[in-house]
Amino acid sequence: MSASSAFNDEKGGSSNVGEPEYGHDPASGGIFSSDYKRHDDLKEMLDSNKDSLKLEAMKRIVAMIARGKNASDLFPAVVKNVACKNIEVKKLVYVYLVRYAEEQQDLALLSISTFQRGLKDPNQLIRASALRVLSSIRVTIIVPIMMLAIKEAASDMSPYVRKTAAHAIPKLYSLDPEQKDCLIEVIEKLLADKTTLVAGSVVMAFEEVCPERIDLIHKNYRKLCNLLIDVEEWGQVVIINMLTRYARTQFLNPNMNESLLEEGGGEKAFYGSDNDDDTDDEEDKEEKEKKKTEATAIVKRKPYVMDPDHRLLLRNTKPLLQSRNAAVVMAVAQLYFHLAPKAEVGVIAKALVRLMRSHSEVQYVVLQNVATMSIKRRGMFEPYLKSFYIRSTDPTQIKVLKLEVLTNLANETNISTILREFQTYIKSNDKDFVAATIQAIGRCATNIGEVRDTCLNGLVQLLSNRDELVVAESVVVIKKLLQMQPEQHSDIIKHMAKLTDNIQVPMARASILWLIGEYCEHVPKIAPDVLRKMAKTFTNEEDIVKLQIINLAAKLYLTNSKQTKLLTQYVLNLAKYDQNYDIRDRARFIRQLIVPTDKSGALSKYAKKLFLALKPAPVLESPFKDRDHFQLGSLSHLLNAKAGGYQVLPDWPEAAPDPSVRNVEIEEVITSSEGRIGLLGDTREVPEWTKCSSREKRKEKKADKPFYSDSEGESGPTESADSASDTASGSESGSGSEESGSGSESEESNEESESASEEDEEEEGKKKKKNVEKIKARKPVPESESEPSSGEDVKKSEKKSKPRIGSSESESEEDNDSESESSESEEEESEEESEEETKKKKKTTASKPPSKPPKKENKKEKKEMSLLDFDDFDPAPSPSQVTPLNNFLSSSLVTDLEGLSLTDNVLSPTTIIPSGNLKTYELLHRITGEGLSVEYCFSRQPFSPDPHMVAVKIQFTNSATSEAKSLHVEDAKLQSGMRIKEFPEIEVLPAGETVSVVMGIDFCDSTQAANFQLCTHTRKFFVSIQPPVGELMMPIFMTENEFKKEQGQLMGMNEITEKLTLEEKCQGEHAVVQRVTTAANLSRVPCGSDKECSPPVPPPPFPIHRFAGKTVTSGSLVLVSVVTKEDGAAQLTVNCEKMVIGTMLVKDILQALTQ
Amino acid sequence: MIHSLFLVNSSGDIFLEKHWKSVVSRSVCDYFFEAQERASEPENVPPVIPTPHHYLISVLRHRIYFVAVIQSEVPPLFVIEFLHRVVDTFQDYFGVCTEAAIKDNVVVVYELLEEMLDNGFPLATESNILKELIKPPTILRTVVNTITGSTNVGEQLPTGQLSVVPWRRTGVKYTNNEAYFDVVEEIDAIIDKSGSTITAEIQGVIDACVKLTGMPDLTLSFMNPRLLDDVSFHPCVRFKRWEAERILSFIPPDGNFRLLSYHVSSQNLVAIPVYVKHNITFREGSSQGRFELTLGPKQTMGKGVEAVLVSSQLPRGVLNTNLNPTQGTYTFDPVTKLLSWDVGKINPQKLPSLKGSMSLQAGASKPDENPTINIQFKIQQSALSGLKVNRLDMYGEKYKPFKGIKYMTKAGKFQALLSN
Repeated sequence: MSASSAFNDEKGGSSNVGEPEYGHDPASGGIFSSDYKRHDDLKEMLDSNKDSLKLEAMKRIVAMIARGKNASDLFPAVVKNVACKNIEVKKLVYVYLVRYAEEQQDLALLSISTFQRGLKDPNQLIRASALRVLSSIRVTIIVPIMMLAIKEAASDMSPYVRKTAAHAIPKLYSLDPEQKDCLIEVIEKLLADKTTLVAGSVVMAFEEVCPERIDLIHKNYRKLCNLLIDVEEWGQVVIINMLTRYARTQFLNPNMNESLLEEGGGEKAFYGSDNDDDTDDEEDKEEKEKKKTEATAIVKRKPYVMDPDHRLLLRNTKPLLQSRNAAVVMAVAQLYFHLAPKAEVGVIAKALVRLMRSHSEVQYVVLQNVATMSIKRRGMFEPYLKSFYIRSTDPTQIKVLKLEVLTNLANETNISTILREFQTYIKSNDKDFVAATIQAIGRCATNIGEVRDTCLNGLVQLLSNRDELVVAESVVVIKKLLQMQPEQHSDIIKHMAKLTDNIQVPMARASILWLIGEYCEHVPKIAPDVLRKMAKTFTNEEDIVKLQIINLAAKLYLTNSKQTKLLTQYVLNLAKYDQNYDIRDRARFIRQLIVPTDKSGALSKYAKKLFLALKPAPVLESPFKDRDHFQLGSLSHLLNAKAGGYQVLPDWPEAAPDPSVRNVEIEEVITSSEGRIGLLGDTREVPEWTKCSSREKRKEKKADKPFYSDSEGESGPTESADSASDTASGSESGSGSEESGSGSESEESNEESESASEEDEEEEGKKKKKNVEKIKARKPVPESESEPSSGEDVKKSEKKSKPRIGSSESESEEDNDSESESSESEEEESEEESEEETKKKKKTTASKPPSKPPKKENKKEKKEMSLLDFDDFDPAPSPSQVTPLNNFLSSSLVTDLEGLSLTDNVLSPTTIIPSGNLKTYELLHRITGEGLSVEYCFSRQPFSPDPHMVAVKIQFTNSATSEAKSLHVEDAKLQSGMRIKEFPEIEVLPAGETVSVVMGIDFCDSTQAANFQLCTHTRKFFVSIQPPVGELMMPIFMTENEFKKEQGQLMGMNEITEKLTLEEKCQGEHAVVQRVTTAANLSRVPCGSDKECSPPVPPPPFPIHRFAGKTVTSGSLVLVSVVTKEDGAAQLTVNCEKMVIGTMLVKDILQALTQ
Repeated sequence: MIHSLFLVNSSGDIFLEKHWKSVVSRSVCDYFFEAQERASEPENVPPVIPTPHHYLISVLRHRIYFVAVIQSEVPPLFVIEFLHRVVDTFQDYFGVCTEAAIKDNVVVVYELLEEMLDNGFPLATESNILKELIKPPTILRTVVNTITGSTNVGEQLPTGQLSVVPWRRTGVKYTNNEAYFDVVEEIDAIIDKSGSTITAEIQGVIDACVKLTGMPDLTLSFMNPRLLDDVSFHPCVRFKRWEAERILSFIPPDGNFRLLSYHVSSQNLVAIPVYVKHNITFREGSSQGRFELTLGPKQTMGKGVEAVLVSSQLPRGVLNTNLNPTQGTYTFDPVTKLLSWDVGKINPQKLPSLKGSMSLQAGASKPDENPTINIQFKIQQSALSGLKVNRLDMYGEKYKPFKGIKYMTKAGKFQALLSN
């Protein structure tokens, strides 16, 4: 922090006592009356060597800029101070510079070197601010310098500087669009950044520079989804909007089936259904397929399954509906509207209604969007109808929009309440609003047949309103309504004809006359009479009424010339001498047209056609109809016109593009080969980062980790984001980073992309299988590359700063192994086989006890691995019994060593637990189950489709005499937040047979029972599974140091300590360990003290047994330690963020230990 | 994103401009002035105005229009939300956000705007970070600054921007460690002329003032969290924890902030705390009308209803009123026809009423408009929904903080429709 102290030295370096004339506050009134004469003294002040004077001057100059006064002639004097030590002067100079540099390019160049120096400063904040100002200077000549600075900053080790670099990209792009290609490279690089700080800014840059390069997003898609919740709010908006567009190009329409069904009926006739291969239910679909390409057909034939990545996006954005930032809420809402299956869109309504409480500008925008949404998805907002009721204090524009929404929401059931509301609105003071209400009534009337008459009658009554506007509007609306249903004309027209005696409002009179004229054939008796009356009062009428009288006369003359010939003549004669020239013109024109004379041209033949043409009924539809082709929430949508830079929301693709492009595993391989420089760069920078970035900052980050990890999304990505620095910090060894790194990967691939990665796995499996063979041959292809660096790793890991290469290599390698194993078993399966079945297979194979391969094999491997973490490979203190406590690495090591034939993935060290140890519980007794007995146990294996679920192994035994059919789960009644992943239906269970399946339950870290129905083909049984608290967690690997550190952070209320006395037979280490691990699914933390330290430390007098795990759903750490003392006295400590879990766990372990 | 910002006062003068990219001529505001002229009321100026080359997005707060100039597609709410954040920040810094306050602190304003946006994209909007960068002006500091020539720009580099808890500044120290929480509920209701409720809903907020040393980690739990139907959080609140346990767990920002806003689930029937009885008659052809209004408490859980203020926009036909309040004062503006009656506290034994006659325009017929009454009131020490904080715990720091929780109910948009 040398730089900051340099700043401190300067403060108050001089005092300005004795300069009274400048002492007053520069911003106060005086400045606003200041004029150009004072520029001279400003220059003097800037040239002085007193900071206070300079500051004074700069403040006055900034005040001038703020007022929009020109201060450009001071440029030379100001720019000299760019290197001023006083931080406020400096900042104000920056403000000035950015404002005027464009106008004084040459002089601005003088300042560049200062910033270039700043870019090299050891302090990240100074580097960032130098880049920020440098890139804000709009001088074309420095484009190359900027480009260089951005490129450099993009690989800076400080995420804050990288963020600044991301901000600088659009600045440079707007200055020089030629740089686009270079900038895209930088964007691509920054997109791969794993920190939340950078994510928002770089996506913003992406949107400004290259929104069309959607391909850059693929590899970062899952990461962005997972980081989203921790990105700052403005970044969230940009990312969500971009991801909406992305999803529209990459996934299939979740509502496809419905729309297909809608269309299907019509198309059926066109295509014969001679398709030989049959999908069970939907014929229409098949037919549609026919006209599409082979590839499309394959996709379509399957029933729609949402891409897991699509689901990931929906799931990770949902919590943001709770944001305080209206823009974020709106962004999520539009994402759901555009992307979610119909059934799920409803969740956004509540949040949008909440926004209506906000400022009126927010309301305005939200209502516009709600109006559009309510046309497409009316049901969504119906429950909130009352929230759109109008208050007299609302601004008119809000009232009108609310009215729009109410109209859209109106249907047969609620129309009566809505109309009653409308009635009160009509009495409002606000005439514009009243007019809009009348329009709204008209629209309700056209949309809902049942109320048409009521509405019409109501509107007719309004005709007697005193307010001209109300009447005019009513007449206009009635006119529209009448045009739509000609059969009802006569009654109302008669009624309206009567009204002409009373209604004085000219506009209304004119409208009535038009109506009578238009439909004179429906009221043949009244029309001439009306004309007669009107002819009488013609001279006293208003101009618009006169015009309509002429029109009426003309129309009547054409249809009923016998009765009205004279009247028409009379009217036309009166009009001929009218004062208004419009009326005179009209009269002359009409006379020529309708009265046949010798001279009249061809036109008069068509007079009837001209006047009595069928006028199209005006369409009363919402102005918001079809506005949703603009992305909701966008400026373009609001204006209903394409705004500059608007990116069109693409239509869903017919067939989903290859989902594997988002797989990050592939990327890993690529980066290790081609992205080598970047990685090396990282390693080079690690020490530097350690040195210069404040240590406490990183500590802080660590300390707060639980904070972040409990926010949505399994912490995998967050951790992996940190992993670089974590590993660098040294307390961790290879296995640690493996946990975070590959953890996130496999989580993603397992959970998020079930089906997607299914194929990949298979594919990969094949690939990997080859690799495996190569490994056996001691030289796997990807490894060969890392060989030289792994040598370095050895040293580095000793120094406890491990570069990423090593870890990523070993990671992917281990992954490969495990995957290849699982896929080995799959390989034979035909590709058509359903996902579930495959999984089941996997599970069953997984639970098979692993065969013990010879350990000599792969000595090379062994050596390499042990270099990463030596102790883990040491024979465990109590070799055979401690197996259940295996930590990650040892188990994965075993995996590596065991001829690569183990069937479970790396993350499940506990698979080695013999299943005999597992306690089974009864789910359904043989008697109540009518011969079917069901037992379950917690298999302690990770549930691969969703790592947040606890795997429950269910064993069905059919002891009845007949076979049981179609065993499946139904109708789960779950506490909020709990989820169940059902096991695939068991089609037949023959008498006397036993079958096991695995289902996953997300208990949400509570011991609430999951209730559901177990169904056979004949009966349903209500059953419930209640987990012991010890099963709500899964083991994680930790070193002793880590354990202590984490424990230190979970003090206070999070720590529960109990004293206990161990029984005789329970005092041994082995017994304690076994009992604890039986009670809770934890893994043992290796005791470092007895072998790790090079100078052997005598084992502590009272051994401490430590166990670590994390809760399955939220990933909160659970740390257990048992200190044994003399005479069986012991102390049990549980540290867990979730206090409820902690307390229950203490009880359980206590029980286990004392029994 | 945001290109420029103009601040326009109620008389239509631009008194501050700030450009984040190249300079946009202030003549662009002419389109805004046009729209302003067209609008009958100040709040009726459309928030988004398209012009040939730019888009103007504006918000109106404290009778100042904040007009942002946009050049290309951007979510309008993004800009609106940001502008409101700017106003909140000014208010936080200067106590009020008036034209005078902004003019007096123009340099601070400029520095703030400079930090809040970078190239038009929000950079630092958390008040804790900003306060680290730029110290809010106080009278004392202004005096000291003028004498010593020191500055109001923070001397330390803002580490907050780098932190994973960007909303909290580091190194906070207090001698008295205090945390206060105000649970404030607003009831919005429309009551029809017969006294039955058309709509009623409760919106609440929990505003906090936390002055705690170090990095405290707070948890706040409720007796009846199920009451909360729809919530929105300050970013500091851990969402998962809320989902799982209905507990608010957070590292608070330093100083004042809004922890949570909520909506009380609409299934619960909302108890209306006051009732209005009224009898207003306009007789056809007569120049006199009768006016009678009585207020009374209703379902207030024994708490007094205070600070009652009744206002109503009477029909245009009313020339003047001659009314007698049993308590409080009333005023009637014959020009705007605005009746307002400052009642004060409602005494359940002796209900306040306002009676008298109105003189109407001679010859005018019965007005069509339906006047509504807006009622404001406060009920101290009670949250209408019955929401109760169970406990507040602090972790991560050793000292014992002083904790306080206050409840209050206010009328939000509380309207009664009158018959005529």
